[in-house]
Amino acid sequence: MLPLIRHEGVVIPLDRSNVDTDAIIPKQFLKSIKKSGFGPNLFDEWRYLDQGEPGEDSTLRKINPDFVLNKPQFAKGTILLARENFGCGSSREHAPWALLDYGIRIILAPSFADIFYGNCFKNGILPIAISKELTNTFFDKSQSSQGLKLLIDLENQFIIDGSDKYDFDIDAFKKYCLLEGLDDIGLTLKHSVDIKNFENNYHSQFPWLTK
Amino acid sequence: MATTLYEKIFNRHVVREDNDTYLIYIDRHLIHEVTSPQAFEGLRLANRPIWRANSILAVPDHNVPTTDRKKGILDPISKIQVETLDNNCDAYKLTQFKMDDERQGIVHVIGPEQGSTLPGMTIVCGDSHTSTHGAFGALAMGIGTSEVEHVLATQCLIVRKFKTMQINVNGVVGKHITAKDVALHIIGQIGTAGGTGYAIEFSGSAIRDLSMEGRMTLCNMAIEAGSRAGLVGVDSKTISYLKDRPFSPKEELWEQAVESWKELISDEGAAFDKVINMEASSIEPQVTWGTSPEMVCGINESIPCPEAEKKESNQKGYQRALDYMGLKESMPITDITLDKIFIGSCTNSRIEDLRAAAQVVKAKKIAKNIKLALVVPGSGLVKAQAEKEGLDKIFIDAGFEWRDPGCSMCLAMNADRLEQGERCASTSNRNFEGRQGQGGRTHLVSPQMAAAAAIHGKFIDVRELD
Repeated sequence: MLPLIRHEGVVIPLDRSNVDTDAIIPKQFLKSIKKSGFGPNLFDEWRYLDQGEPGEDSTLRKINPDFVLNKPQFAKGTILLARENFGCGSSREHAPWALLDYGIRIILAPSFADIFYGNCFKNGILPIAISKELTNTFFDKSQSSQGLKLLIDLENQFIIDGSDKYDFDIDAFKKYCLLEGLDDIGLTLKHSVDIKNFENNYHSQFPWLTK
Repeated sequence: MATTLYEKIFNRHVVREDNDTYLIYIDRHLIHEVTSPQAFEGLRLANRPIWRANSILAVPDHNVPTTDRKKGILDPISKIQVETLDNNCDAYKLTQFKMDDERQGIVHVIGPEQGSTLPGMTIVCGDSHTSTHGAFGALAMGIGTSEVEHVLATQCLIVRKFKTMQINVNGVVGKHITAKDVALHIIGQIGTAGGTGYAIEFSGSAIRDLSMEGRMTLCNMAIEAGSRAGLVGVDSKTISYLKDRPFSPKEELWEQAVESWKELISDEGAAFDKVINMEASSIEPQVTWGTSPEMVCGINESIPCPEAEKKESNQKGYQRALDYMGLKESMPITDITLDKIFIGSCTNSRIEDLRAAAQVVKAKKIAKNIKLALVVPGSGLVKAQAEKEGLDKIFIDAGFEWRDPGCSMCLAMNADRLEQGERCASTSNRNFEGRQGQGGRTHLVSPQMAAAAAIHGKFIDVRELD
């Protein structure tokens, strides 16, 4: 996994609440058996005016000029800003794969859906829950003519906007994995003796659960 | 100390704890073709074995065609995905019900049907609707593909504890009010993020009165309220449902299991982080009008005005939803005319759902404006049972198509979908933009309400058809 320590980037303001994973990556692209290549189809139904199909050359498609990703000032953005309950809906990890493939490393929103939130950390994306007031401030600034550039300092848990600094919360284990770019399967397998012992004990207590 | 059902199940699965981060043991791992290929690939790249192959039950469901199955899958990309599941299951010697197996079906229908879902288990699947299995007093939750790989390799999951919520639905529901209406009503009250971070236990007399099928429908929709895990305590209905299922324990082990399952209820006086009380008798047949399951109202109500919405951030969302749905504020729900009807999905495709819908359409014909009405049973065994009871004939005589089992038009990964602008009464679980096909418009309802809408061509209170 790609580690994340500090990240500086342009903010893309996606002014919607309840952005669901069907919107992030529509179902027809879930047929892929790979983890990569989803970036061109991120927000496909909002981003293009025609209907997208897997395997198409997306550079030949009709884009929706009103959609935020298609506006030139946000073209190089890597920090996504949205409203409440971002990532609700299905468990598809194709959603963070699409965001990462597009280049998004940070998502700022007042709240996230649980499964999506966890999936981000497994893929080197940092979702940060921020207050509604700060969300409004960032929306105002990012929609102004000069846009908004932020520096995210994961190690010290700060969002830095010029001279303004805002701290944020993060689970210590998730932070550690992200800073180090760690594969948590490897970490868990260090405890394989514990797992084996637990399993033996558990199955003698609940013998009908062995198959 | 008085303990909640969630805590009882959670506590007995803790392998180790470090700073409120827990490693918990997983009993059952359900697998389908869409969220597993990258997990198997990861396992192979790291040269890791599967920890406990017999914890796994696999089935293709999302991509499978619901017609002419003997011809195989015509979409070449879908075909590769289903073949990849076949190859992975063969290579690792996993139990799989392949597409031509009569036991094939939607993963959340076949788990309980086979007795592969048992009380007290931890159950995971790379699918958010895994919450369904909580109906059996199991801790069941949807996971992402990285976690699928983690469970394959370690039989464990790294988690933090959920907070606990109890939703009591007291009293008795009215005639034709189903678990789906109860679920949609709850989501309408607490919102699609109302359960985020919580495991929700459903209790109260109206929940006790539900069949196991109804409890599955309710727990299935817990994720639409933001909760990864829905739960219902074990009672005699749970136990009778599981008796003599193929994977259920037998003889002495059965007796032993039943004895232990009886403890799987929240203790009297157990403390929940949040308690919500609702009155069952006030619940009307529900219809969603927008693009989120929380945008819902009773059949005899009108679409709300965006300005009436208290939260300002929601007002824009309401207007956008109305524009997408091609509807106007203040329009009565009963004025909405439909193009297609879908009866199916992991929410409502079990035998009880099909019986209820068949009763409504019996000896009637679907309205002329309905272009397509589909019934997609949840599994091959549900289909066979329905045919034994003659339900297929009732549906076909009324003008429905009787299909083969799969996820079908719930998410339209196969050929079953809505075209641009088409409007559907659907028994599925999500009415998101584009969910049933790009530009398609979904209204979530119960099987009875979908059946009534098929006959009438518009939404109608199913209670008026009696």
